Amino acid sequence: MSFQRTQEKLKILADAAKYDVSCSSSGSKRANTNKGLGDATGMGICHSYTEDGRCVSLLKILLTNHCIFDCAYCVTRKSNDVKRAAFKVQEVVDLTINFYRRNYIEGLFLSSGIFKSADYTMERLVAVAKKLRLEENFNGYIHLKSIPGASDELMREAGLYADRLSVNIEIPTEAGLKKLAPDKKREDFIKPMVKVKNEIIQYNAEKKIIKSTPKFAPAGQSTQMIIGASGENDFQIMQTSNHFYKSYNLKRVYYSGYVPISYDDRLPQIGSAVPMLRENRLYQTDWLMRFYGFDVSEILNEQHQNLDLDVDPKLSWALRNLHEFPVDVNTADQRMLARIPGLGMKSVFKIINARRFRKLNWEHLKKIGVALNRAQYFMVCDSNQFEKRDLTSEKIKGLILQNSTSKYQKMLSNQLSLFG
Amino acid sequence: MQAKNLIYDGTFDGFLSTIFYVFEHKLKTVTIQNEFTVQQGLFSENESIPTDEVKANRVWKGIKSKLSSHGSYQLYYAFLSEDIGVEDLLLDYIQYAFSQQKKVDKDYSHPSILKIAQIAKSVGREKHRMEAFVRFRLTKDDIYFASIEPDFNVLPLIEKHFKRRYADQKWVIYDIKRGYGLFYDLETVELINMDFPENFNVTKTDDTFFATQEFEFQKLWQDYFKATNIASRKNMKLHIRHVPKRYWKYLSEKQPN
Repeated sequence: MSFQRTQEKLKILADAAKYDVSCSSSGSKRANTNKGLGDATGMGICHSYTEDGRCVSLLKILLTNHCIFDCAYCVTRKSNDVKRAAFKVQEVVDLTINFYRRNYIEGLFLSSGIFKSADYTMERLVAVAKKLRLEENFNGYIHLKSIPGASDELMREAGLYADRLSVNIEIPTEAGLKKLAPDKKREDFIKPMVKVKNEIIQYNAEKKIIKSTPKFAPAGQSTQMIIGASGENDFQIMQTSNHFYKSYNLKRVYYSGYVPISYDDRLPQIGSAVPMLRENRLYQTDWLMRFYGFDVSEILNEQHQNLDLDVDPKLSWALRNLHEFPVDVNTADQRMLARIPGLGMKSVFKIINARRFRKLNWEHLKKIGVALNRAQYFMVCDSNQFEKRDLTSEKIKGLILQNSTSKYQKMLSNQLSLFG
Repeated sequence: MQAKNLIYDGTFDGFLSTIFYVFEHKLKTVTIQNEFTVQQGLFSENESIPTDEVKANRVWKGIKSKLSSHGSYQLYYAFLSEDIGVEDLLLDYIQYAFSQQKKVDKDYSHPSILKIAQIAKSVGREKHRMEAFVRFRLTKDDIYFASIEPDFNVLPLIEKHFKRRYADQKWVIYDIKRGYGLFYDLETVELINMDFPENFNVTKTDDTFFATQEFEFQKLWQDYFKATNIASRKNMKLHIRHVPKRYWKYLSEKQPN
């Protein structure tokens, strides 16, 4: 490995890969049974964090940033004037192994620009994973990109070596895709996703009968959408997200606030702010859907097409549904506890366990870690002190905002003045 | 009755032997301290308790039968925090556990139980951080060497993780603060004490001790770390919350070039 050549390629191809936000390294079940290198059985580990506060868990690089497509939102698009480079298969293998041995990373996240054809590209991604598994005895985590349009055979092979596969739909609606990436078709994204989904279903069925069935993408598949590039509202975004979770059994949908990288007038201009607060609210909604028992239509619907920026989506839902409150924490079921603003799932489980021993009062709840500044308006406990005034939702919202400082305060006032 | 101050040797077995003594003599007003941090109380009498493996095992078995497995490992985690006074909290927890019919480790409105759960959580976090922040450097003897200074004594907790993961390379993880380490020789993990050469600086990668390719991979890793950052999303506050400054000293990506 020539150090200087590799160094230059690494700089270019890591820089080009960084807009993919997926960093998860958990959920696989690949144990180190062959006295080889690595183990991907536990929870994911973030080995470091970049200065933008994002986790560094995998060596995230492109195999090449040569690309035959010209998607407006992408830094690697054909018409963009950037330095191009391509790794050899062996170079990626050496980097992964040596970074892993030093405990820098959990594994490899390999994506690529599309050169020549979808299959030609996918074949090379698979070659890297295959070499790592079969020649290097590597049991760390491998996340491969499914290249839109890749053949079923290649997708099947990819799943045998990778822990996770993902294909980024990037643009939440077909209309948006048509505008920003006219030479790409929605079906091309869906095809590999369907193949992987079906293979996983088949694997799970066969596994029940034959225990030694080779693993197939044990950490499942994920996708990513760019936020704020093509004018969709939050309702449309979360509808799409919900559809992908339900129809393709995705493990994760990632939301990536658009970072302006182009003077193309179809897109936000360079220098405009990354919609980080909006991105955060979308993730909160995603969590409410997946872990808190909410249906997406409770949070976003025809009447509420966008999430509030000044309060979190659960509080916003609660303020619209005051008739459901107050909830008695000593008797309520898990579903209703999870709906109280200021209560996370950890606190919910603690409450359910702790109330078996004695009735809980404000002091207990505070110590357990409940955010009472929000929760107090929505619950009663073993105390005769509780909110007795008949407050309107505007009044409650005002009181909560008055008594808390959002970490997004600065951003919030900027964004609001934009709309004001 | 005069208050007693029981002193043990700092090991977990020593602590459990002391618990045995407390129950055996039905002591009421008692404190437990390890021999390195003893403070003389004005009105209490010191007594040293010898470590007895058999008694320790009996206590541990008893604890495990009175708590869920989650509860008993929380006790062990909290013990490893080495917090001043943690022994007395643990004693209170254990006495409460033995006095009740039900398993009490989920009784989060009991002050000692909640406190131990919180301490165990911090120790668990430190364990997880060490699994993340250990940075091996390849020495000239072909051993991957890492030095750490964890807030709590987490080496016993991370051994299994590293043994499973790095089964095909020799490695050492050395706790500089506590002066001991783990050494894996491709077969088993042993506890070791090391005397470092005089010219050895634990944070510096020096070509007297480290392999030539070590410098290249550190450089590549630093380049990668820079390239993967998105400048327009810069958020140092978040960055420092995730990677507190006290850990930077041993992180390869944070070393000056």
